[in-house]
Amino acid sequence: MTLVNTNFEPRLAHRRRIGWFFAFACASMVVLAVFVLGVLLISVADQGWRWLSLDFLDNFPSRLNPEKAGVKSALFGTLWLIGLTAAVSVPIGMAAAIYLHEYAAKGKLTRFIELNIANLAGVPSIVYGILGLAVFIRLCGLGRSVLAGALTLSLLILPVIIIASREALAAVPDSIRLAAFGLGATRWQTVRSHVLPAAIPGMMTGVILALSRALGEAAPLIMIGALTFITFVPEGPLDTFTAMPIQIYNWIDEPDLIFQELAGAGILVLLGMLLPMNAVAVGIRAWHQRRKAWS
Amino acid sequence: MVIVPETISGRQEAQSPSRMTPPALRLRKPSQPAVTSDSVIRAEGVTIRYADFAAVRDVTIEIPDRQVTAIIGPSGCGKSTFLRAINRMNDFIPSMSISGLLTYRGQDIYGPKSDAVDLRRRIGMVFQKPNPFPKTIFKNVAWGASINGYRGDIHELVERALRRAAIWDEVKDKLNQSAFALSGGQQQRLCIARAIALEPDVLLMDEPCSALDPIATARIEDLIDQLKTHYTVVLVTHNMQQAARVSDLTAFMYMGELIEFDATDKIFTTPSEQRTQDYITGRFG
Amino acid sequence: MTGITGIVRIKERLIHGVLFLCALASVATTAGIIWVLAAESYLFFQELHLLDFLFGLRWAPLLEPKSFGVLPLVCGTFLVAGGALLVAVPIGLGSGIFLSEYAPSRVRSIVKPILEILAGIPTVVYGYFALMFVTPHIIQPLAPGTDIFNAASAAIVVGIMIIPTIASLCDDAFRAVPQSLREGAYALSATRLEVSTRVVLPSAMSGVIAAVILAFARAIGETMAVTLAAGAMPRLTLNPLVSIQTMTSYIVQVSLGDTPHGTIEYQTIFAVGMLLFLVTLTFNVIAQGVLRRFREAYE
Repeated sequence: MTLVNTNFEPRLAHRRRIGWFFAFACASMVVLAVFVLGVLLISVADQGWRWLSLDFLDNFPSRLNPEKAGVKSALFGTLWLIGLTAAVSVPIGMAAAIYLHEYAAKGKLTRFIELNIANLAGVPSIVYGILGLAVFIRLCGLGRSVLAGALTLSLLILPVIIIASREALAAVPDSIRLAAFGLGATRWQTVRSHVLPAAIPGMMTGVILALSRALGEAAPLIMIGALTFITFVPEGPLDTFTAMPIQIYNWIDEPDLIFQELAGAGILVLLGMLLPMNAVAVGIRAWHQRRKAWS
Repeated sequence: MVIVPETISGRQEAQSPSRMTPPALRLRKPSQPAVTSDSVIRAEGVTIRYADFAAVRDVTIEIPDRQVTAIIGPSGCGKSTFLRAINRMNDFIPSMSISGLLTYRGQDIYGPKSDAVDLRRRIGMVFQKPNPFPKTIFKNVAWGASINGYRGDIHELVERALRRAAIWDEVKDKLNQSAFALSGGQQQRLCIARAIALEPDVLLMDEPCSALDPIATARIEDLIDQLKTHYTVVLVTHNMQQAARVSDLTAFMYMGELIEFDATDKIFTTPSEQRTQDYITGRFG
Repeated sequence: MTGITGIVRIKERLIHGVLFLCALASVATTAGIIWVLAAESYLFFQELHLLDFLFGLRWAPLLEPKSFGVLPLVCGTFLVAGGALLVAVPIGLGSGIFLSEYAPSRVRSIVKPILEILAGIPTVVYGYFALMFVTPHIIQPLAPGTDIFNAASAAIVVGIMIIPTIASLCDDAFRAVPQSLREGAYALSATRLEVSTRVVLPSAMSGVIAAVILAFARAIGETMAVTLAAGAMPRLTLNPLVSIQTMTSYIVQVSLGDTPHGTIEYQTIFAVGMLLFLVTLTFNVIAQGVLRRFREAYE
């Protein structure tokens, strides 16, 4: 026997129908987003795949002879750029995160630095370009060099690295620190031998994602004047350079259709570097989370 | 084996006036099994697993109408899991599986025709920690009724529910204030009012006082005593004194099993099982 | 103090100092940005009144007669960023609700990284996508005669770009709503829809608002996709089918040209940059304030 309460008219079937409709709408938003990603990748590949070859990687860009154009100077420029950017931003970013999470007293200064970092992360990249132009090019006289580009990109991704590294440090349980302190370790010994090893996978995820962002940035490099036609590979940090996103922008800006296809091919090369980096970062995160869940 | 409350005639002198044995029990003859027509919730060999771990094992029990039934036992004994199985609140745990038969007024709760949303309108629940919505006091009480298409006057319903939950006098002048402004004990009574507003048949209470101070606890206990005139109350508690104070019947669970189920006075004075005895005398748990 | 502990102590001090300097690098960056922008803007505003800049209706710094009213750039920027929100909010919010309230954890762990790829694709690629696909294959068939450079295509690709920001932050906000609230609602005989839209969503509303503001700030600062897709035609219009110019793409335009250093034309990029910086900073600060209030409510 079921008590029938006539004060209510729950209209369950109706509510459930609306519920299904809503769930379907939400799910289709996800499908739509993934679909757009697919369309984007396919439309780029459709334009560019014909030009993909080893020659494309090994040739220099050419305006007169687009059939024989390639991305060698841009590819090497990008590798230089990323190498230098990583060398500058990763140690400083990790050190800043370690300071903020492991050393800093909870005071006004720390609060100010943290607020400052959070706001820096939201500053548009082109503003960093303006900063790089004024400081590294004009003030320091570095010229339109790889080093100037790398320093500009370092400033750009520093907040990202610091925030991600802080989160990784925060995920390390305090018991590890207390145990090390209990054994008489100094703060640095504790951090170096106990906290950092536990936090490194999380930090790596953040670093890789930050570097992949630097890899795709064009605006700040254009600001510091990297948009020049370059047909040689940089040999030192003070050489002028071009980079993949810049070269792609160059080609898109050309009116001739063949350059659009070259741009597509260049994008495929760039994505060929970026997507594996993304996958590695996500993979490290997933692996680390699973390991944490087990231990 | 079906564990049914035995008669408790002859024990009446030992009871406090407010602990009057309900008529349904008094009329029952010693050897007679519990009358199924007035048992609201019936479990037969119910086992509940989380993945491979059986949190509740082979529980068979009949919970009678318009009584307060307490389920006691040490933490992890499966009492909350069993309670939450009654209104299918465990459905959200993907690894959960249930076997055996669990019925509400003869209907299979986990049967193919059963509808969890519909079931929860008849079987309300109050949780361990007060969990009012971040809405006004009025909307907290009116919400469940309004989504379920209440036909009557909603203001009247809210007032009635708040009165029954013994909180009307404290909130009648601030119905449009946030529920978060209330004290913990008031929030919990608001949550009881919220459940009552759906005019349920059964009220499940999962350690409703464990987050409250002694004064707030006493108020809720008084309230539970009044509630049983309208509702069947199933109360999970780790507090044995509370079970002794407010319940008519007490079930003792241990390591997933139902050890003993009987009239509360019997459980707390002359339990039949050694483990019950050990628990209520504080030897473990 | 014995030798070894003395050395250890000095080393600890040294490390502490070095780490502190690294943390200060971010403060130095902020100071640098403000100093650079302010110094050059100061020179600019010595020649032009601030109000003429902020409320002037015509932006033509490189043409005669010169005019430095920034409103057309601001209008173009907000047109693109607002359009981007029209694209990104439904998709991002819907995805966020799906991920947090509907998707099993396995689906979630696969879908979220895929969505994040959208945020990882370089913006110049989005510009290319706008020019090669969105304008010719979506906008022009729907609105024949649309310019190849138009605000709508820029808004669409920037919207796609910020979907993951909104989806991810909304997902975080929904998951920050205590499970006990969901249980309380389910126990009142609510369906999943009612729990999601009438309990979880209102409880997480400030988190959702913060997500939208942050995404809006990102859209305002977006440069390359907008430069490529929207063109370089400063215009005070709300028509999305014509070419416009944003603050960011104006800065790019000047830096690509050969405007000599020290002229007022050159200083405009710092004045516009300052405005861009202040606008995005304002939105970021508001979003963080909202987010902080949201976190406090559930901690």
